[in-house]
Amino acid sequence: MSAQKATDIYLPEQATVLRAEPMTKMERFFELKMNSGKPLGHMPGQFVEVSIPGVGEAPISVSSSPTRGDSFDLVVRNVGNVSGAMHKLETVERVGIRGPFGTSFPVDGEMKGKDVVFICGGLGLVPVRSAIQYVLDNREDYGRVVILVGTKTASDRLFSGEIEQWRASQNITVLETVDHRDEHWSGIEGVITTLIPLVKLNPSSTVAIVCGPPIMYKFVIVELMRRKLPTGSIYVSLERRMKCGVGKCGHCQINNVYVCKCGPVFRFCDVDNLEEAI
Amino acid sequence: MNAKKIDITALDEWVDGCIAERTVYGPRAKGDRFVFGQLERAGELRLDYDVTILPPKKYLQPQKEALLSFGRDGKFESVVDDSPFVLFGVHPYDMVAINQMDTIFTLDDEDVHYTARRKNAVIVVNDVETVSANVFAGCMGTATVDKGFDILLTRIGDAYLVDARTDKGEELAGALADAPDASEADIEDRKKIQEKNTELLKKHDLKVPLSELPGLLAGSMEHPVWNEKSRTCYSCGSCNLVCPTCYCFDVQDDVDWNLESGTRCRSWDACLLRDFATVAGDHNFRRRRSDRYRHRYYRKGGYMPEKIGEIGCVGCGRCVTACTAKIANPVEVFNALLEKAQ
Repeated sequence: MSAQKATDIYLPEQATVLRAEPMTKMERFFELKMNSGKPLGHMPGQFVEVSIPGVGEAPISVSSSPTRGDSFDLVVRNVGNVSGAMHKLETVERVGIRGPFGTSFPVDGEMKGKDVVFICGGLGLVPVRSAIQYVLDNREDYGRVVILVGTKTASDRLFSGEIEQWRASQNITVLETVDHRDEHWSGIEGVITTLIPLVKLNPSSTVAIVCGPPIMYKFVIVELMRRKLPTGSIYVSLERRMKCGVGKCGHCQINNVYVCKCGPVFRFCDVDNLEEAI
Repeated sequence: MNAKKIDITALDEWVDGCIAERTVYGPRAKGDRFVFGQLERAGELRLDYDVTILPPKKYLQPQKEALLSFGRDGKFESVVDDSPFVLFGVHPYDMVAINQMDTIFTLDDEDVHYTARRKNAVIVVNDVETVSANVFAGCMGTATVDKGFDILLTRIGDAYLVDARTDKGEELAGALADAPDASEADIEDRKKIQEKNTELLKKHDLKVPLSELPGLLAGSMEHPVWNEKSRTCYSCGSCNLVCPTCYCFDVQDDVDWNLESGTRCRSWDACLLRDFATVAGDHNFRRRRSDRYRHRYYRKGGYMPEKIGEIGCVGCGRCVTACTAKIANPVEVFNALLEKAQ
């Protein structure tokens, strides 16, 4: 054991809510800034542990790119104690933040110089948005950019305004689908895999970033493999119950892998042999 | 200080002296079984215990402990319990488990809540005097221990060898400075007792060589034993809760009566419980009992060796005793893997 006084890995720092807005019936958007004035220091794909005193702590993906200033964005679906309490948070209120934790999308690594296809189902767009913004802010570093987004219905769409901006940018292909079409949607209908045959993929020079609900991975990855994309070029972000964020509490373990430290972003070829991964 | 040899009366006097000055925990009788508890007098100390219901881990990672406190301003502060204590009469296999926890809680990121307690603990190991019904430490290389503790006690006939190994141990044994030194013959006797313990603490016979266990598990993900054994599992988590090398925890906030201040507490958790791996939206990544059951043995025999270089089972046999369905014996599980693998 080290003799020097260590800091408490469970002690959150304070952050202030700069902006809090409803996005859909279930999702709420937050822009936060650390009270220290320092940037969060994250990379796209990482997560933070958000603390509400008296309620608890929950792992939440960072949704904005570090290229977008000192504040950072979170999107929270109202499904539990902490997320429920966060849905009552307003501007100026404070939360505790630990992190950033985990691995990130290889925006400065394997993605550089390659075509990038982002495949996002539902809330999967939230962490991937961080990487999309990063790529757009360093656009010359990457080849073609394809963004595929799927949601259940039109009213579940997240960042629809921003998606329109992406669509309007040059050199970016954006395709959206909804599982169930209604009067608010005249676009493509079908699950996310519907979109994959519609885009051109060069298997040797493409990196795919995949994030969505657990059920989505199997089908999307099969489709990508059918398109001859090597499993080493597919990155997935896996959701687990990352309670401590520092590889101790055991909740996020997939076989021998602690998702909070070795993930949440994995190269697919590194997890496809893990029995409990996908 | 050389190892000392003292009789039972001198031992009791020494223990009473320690109790007068410090908080001392040790094995005591509870009904017809034993538990670690705070000692009020030497007479309560039962060094002849076979095994305790819970391991002494509870003094380093308590069942429930405050990690942080928070007030009306919403700011969190660390709560660190660094009150010194003496842990008396720890069996070698439990000491090995504590050594493993020392690695776990300092690996990559130091957990100050654990290390503060650990640094302030004086640990007195006692070589096993009574063999418990389900111990198999002899198979796990943990019937004796050579590091991590401050004093080693060994009963030889009607006397005890007291062997202080650290400064903290020398300080605790200071009152014995004038006691006679142990002779070479005594040290030799101790060695024989330890060798004999390695043979005696084998109530279950592990047929898998320890070094081959991780490899055996690696090819056994689809082995029928996981389904066969877990069919009667109650998912009660008792095997986890009595285990000296289970350290997984849950974290919850406790709010005070004033509804303003409170504490963030961690408590023991158990990977056999149904919702251990459940996330928002009710996605449970180990929904099947057999998956949770298998996870426990992979953790002990595969993942822990990968993480810290040692098998994460010390052969205390507590899970064997605690399991209502009688399916938790690691030796039976590992042997079954070997049989079917052949």
